[in-house]
Amino acid sequence: MSARRTRRPGGNAASGARLPVVLWPFAAVALLFVVVPVLALVQRAPWSDLTSLVTEPIVTDALRLSIVSASVATLVSLVVGVPLAWVLARATFTGRSFVRALVILPMVLPPVVGGAALLFAFGRRGLVGEAVYDQTGFVLPFSIWGVIAANTFVAMPFLVVTVESGLRSVDARYEEAAATLGASRWMIFRRITLPNVAPAIVAGAALCWARALGEFGATVTFAGNLQGRTQTMPLAVFLALESNREAAIALSLVLIVVSLAVLVPLRDRWLR
Amino acid sequence: MVVIAAAATVALSACGGGDADTVSVFAAASLTDAFDDIADAFEEEHPGVLVDRNFAGSSSLREQILQGAPADVFASANRSTMDDLVAADAVGSPEDFATNRMAIAVPAGNSAEVRDLEDFARSDLLIGLCAVEVPCGEFGRRVLSLASVDAAPDTEEPDVRALLTKIDAGELDAGIVYVTDVVAAGDGIEEITIPDLQNVVTSYPIAVVGAPDSDTAAFVDFVRGSRGQAILRDHGFGAP
Repeated sequence: MSARRTRRPGGNAASGARLPVVLWPFAAVALLFVVVPVLALVQRAPWSDLTSLVTEPIVTDALRLSIVSASVATLVSLVVGVPLAWVLARATFTGRSFVRALVILPMVLPPVVGGAALLFAFGRRGLVGEAVYDQTGFVLPFSIWGVIAANTFVAMPFLVVTVESGLRSVDARYEEAAATLGASRWMIFRRITLPNVAPAIVAGAALCWARALGEFGATVTFAGNLQGRTQTMPLAVFLALESNREAAIALSLVLIVVSLAVLVPLRDRWLR
Repeated sequence: MVVIAAAATVALSACGGGDADTVSVFAAASLTDAFDDIADAFEEEHPGVLVDRNFAGSSSLREQILQGAPADVFASANRSTMDDLVAADAVGSPEDFATNRMAIAVPAGNSAEVRDLEDFARSDLLIGLCAVEVPCGEFGRRVLSLASVDAAPDTEEPDVRALLTKIDAGELDAGIVYVTDVVAAGDGIEEITIPDLQNVVTSYPIAVVGAPDSDTAAFVDFVRGSRGQAILRDHGFGAP
């Protein structure tokens, strides 16, 4: 991502006619690659039984759990992830490039490995979890808190990376100008930095939420799988695939519809 | 020079013969270690033949085969999964080649002092089972019902390896797995035997997928023959 966005007059993305023609076929290939599998799923859907399938308790439980845990994970990521992005974009300290690499580690780690790592850290025999368990008896895995922790671990980097690159593309001179006018650091962050980077925050939050909604590997490894307690939609889909493929497809469609319902309006409003 | 020519001949025949020199084996996840050894031994006895191995849950493999995955042999952890493929005309007639039983697995040291299936009703323990959709979950529940225990699991894992990982890490106090899994698990896991009266014996059927060729048939014979059976015994499997 370039440090500064330059806008040429008339170079608006909306005027598609001015795009080089050669790009269109490539764009079409990219779009088809995403759309065709979804269409194949729709084509296999058991439309006649769809309503009865998606109103079963196992589906409504999983959907509720997925939406709640993905949303809480996004909130947690906003509260701690935006400050982290700010530190990575604005502060200078030794080892910053190493820390930046660490932050995206959960994106490259197989989620199952991430889940195992969470277990070794926050399980009741884990590095941190053991002390907590001995003191309070609190166990993070096998509860919705475990699902939220797994979702946050896997999804937060998407927010941090998006917000960080958003911050880098914002002209730092506004902040410097505010500082010379006597604004406090907190005031600058709140009144200058945050509003400037708001689109990136919304975009990052949407990515984070979407990733959390689809999370499977870390969740099942760290939090386990129990209907109504830790079984999210992807887990329910995976298990339905073992026994009833039509139910699995119906569940996947619900997941697709719910994520589109949230992401499409966001995309129109914020992600221009 | 001769060696190079021979190598070239092998390479050419491997290309020309399509999959004739490769036996593609789809086997249940619980067979992973045993079938790796069997495949190695088979390759040793049949130079020039390679065994491709694909291990996953039996029902996942069934789906893959139904979707046309290039399997030559399918070894399932239960009969019902195999029967689905027989009904779909995807496999030849299956034959049992091994049996397995269930066992209670606890973390090394057994700090929760689990003694038998009755302990699965204790609410102070963290209990794991396999999900009912997969064979180990189905058998685990059958074992509990034979013992008339009303268990409230804290998690229903999608496969037996996931369950073992959590027991091995000490995050679960007990779970019901295959005897062979405890054999394979190593030091982190202890077995508590389930008495025969409360236990279930599960059969593992094997079948040829599609039209058999000589290598494929030889592999199935090898699994059912003395050398294959000895390897299976080493891994804790019972005779068919």
